[in-house]
Amino acid sequence: MKNDPKKLLRFTPSERANHWLTAITFVLVALSGLSFFYPTFFFLSQLFGGGVWTRILHPFIGVVMAISFGVMFFEYRQMNVITSSDKEWLSHIREMVDSDDRNMPEAGKFNGGQKLLFWLEAACTALLILSGIVIWRAYFSFPFPVLVIRFASVVHAIAATVMIAVIMFHIYAAIWTRESIDAMLYGRVRRAWAKQHHAAWFRQVTGGGK
Amino acid sequence: MALQSLDITRLSATTTPPPSQRQTPKVAKLIDISKCIGCKACQVACMEWNDTRDAIGVNHGVLDNPMDLTENSWTVMRYAEVKTDRGLEWLIRKDGCMHCAEPGCLKACPAPGAIVQYSNGIVDFQEENCIGCGYCITGCPFNIPRLSKKDAKVYKCTLCSDRVAVGLEPACVKTCPTGAILFGTKDDMIRHAEGRVADLKSRGFVNAGIYNPEGVGGTHVMYVLQYVHQPEIYSGLAKDPTISPLVFLWKGIAKPLASLALAAVGAGAFFHYVTKGPNEVSKEVEKEFEDEK
Repeated sequence: MKNDPKKLLRFTPSERANHWLTAITFVLVALSGLSFFYPTFFFLSQLFGGGVWTRILHPFIGVVMAISFGVMFFEYRQMNVITSSDKEWLSHIREMVDSDDRNMPEAGKFNGGQKLLFWLEAACTALLILSGIVIWRAYFSFPFPVLVIRFASVVHAIAATVMIAVIMFHIYAAIWTRESIDAMLYGRVRRAWAKQHHAAWFRQVTGGGK
Repeated sequence: MALQSLDITRLSATTTPPPSQRQTPKVAKLIDISKCIGCKACQVACMEWNDTRDAIGVNHGVLDNPMDLTENSWTVMRYAEVKTDRGLEWLIRKDGCMHCAEPGCLKACPAPGAIVQYSNGIVDFQEENCIGCGYCITGCPFNIPRLSKKDAKVYKCTLCSDRVAVGLEPACVKTCPTGAILFGTKDDMIRHAEGRVADLKSRGFVNAGIYNPEGVGGTHVMYVLQYVHQPEIYSGLAKDPTISPLVFLWKGIAKPLASLALAAVGAGAFFHYVTKGPNEVSKEVEKEFEDEK
């Protein structure tokens, strides 16, 4: 049963809804943005009704993504403060990638890798929205000197590349770590899953019991 | 917009060769500032031929009208009163697209076929392929393209590519009453300009010269300037213009490399999965929670 009350609540319905709003808008903004990124990807603009529609829609979708990510940012900011145990976790990341988690320090609700991802995504989103406003020709570019617009174009492209890579990593980690997607789809995880992957969080929510 | 189609040297946002079987001689427009009387006939001819009309504006107390290039005014006369060692001089420059051999607009454009460069050197916008992003404005070293508020397309001087395609000179050249604007092959125009420069020098303009900036590979609109060492005195004509290094970073080799890097992340993830397998709950932990099943 997906909502077995014996399972542990990891994400509330509103957290899940907002996460998926961010996810969907991210996919749309990334696909539309890639069509301007390099000619090979221009065909993606067909998904949005052609080049002109893609140019019109991309920034608006980006604003929705930045707002919904912003909500997540303030929701999860404190939980993502990187502790010494997270640094320890990150220093063992090679073993984790090798599927050997025996030496990994116990993770809280989020492990060191997830926290690093969180801050990278936050930094990229901030850079993308700021540079994006500068290069939004239809409404906002006119007061900026061309040098600033050129610089913002470069920042936008670099931040987008990093963001896409980071999100690809995020998606893969969720597929690789079985049952993680259940947490974001249905909210609850099995206690065994919690103890395996987030032992410190498991103890915290169960009071150390089973 | 133009008639040529077999003689394209560069096509925006296209990574394969454009149709380039037919080669045409390189052409150029030569604007001899020392002969210009500032009558604006070229502005009128441009609007008449291209059939564009600017809204009636405001007189700013100077002769410049309109004050800047617009989506309807593809060329404007810029009037500068400058103190030189010869006294007060009135330097009048016909501003407009320079038709760079290395066009920054075309480099920046993300829409396939929205900007073309013909083998004769003309850089032309194909508005039906334009998506209205304004990247060409970001890429241009001369601040020429203008985004229309009416249709969100960019417009600029076409060097009358439609007239040139059928063997006519550009409208501004045709109308210029003093012969300050000439049109021909680029070689001929340089030769003619050299004669003009020699004449100017013999009359005391020791710094006269041809403005054909190498930083953008030369241009297909050239000026004869009395003071070629100070192009900026001609209402801010760019000194040593180049495509900005930021535009190269933005639109150069970094983009295909970044695309490959993203593909590598995806491939890496897939092969990690098929070699290492999924990250599952261990048998021991599963045993502890048998009741959960």
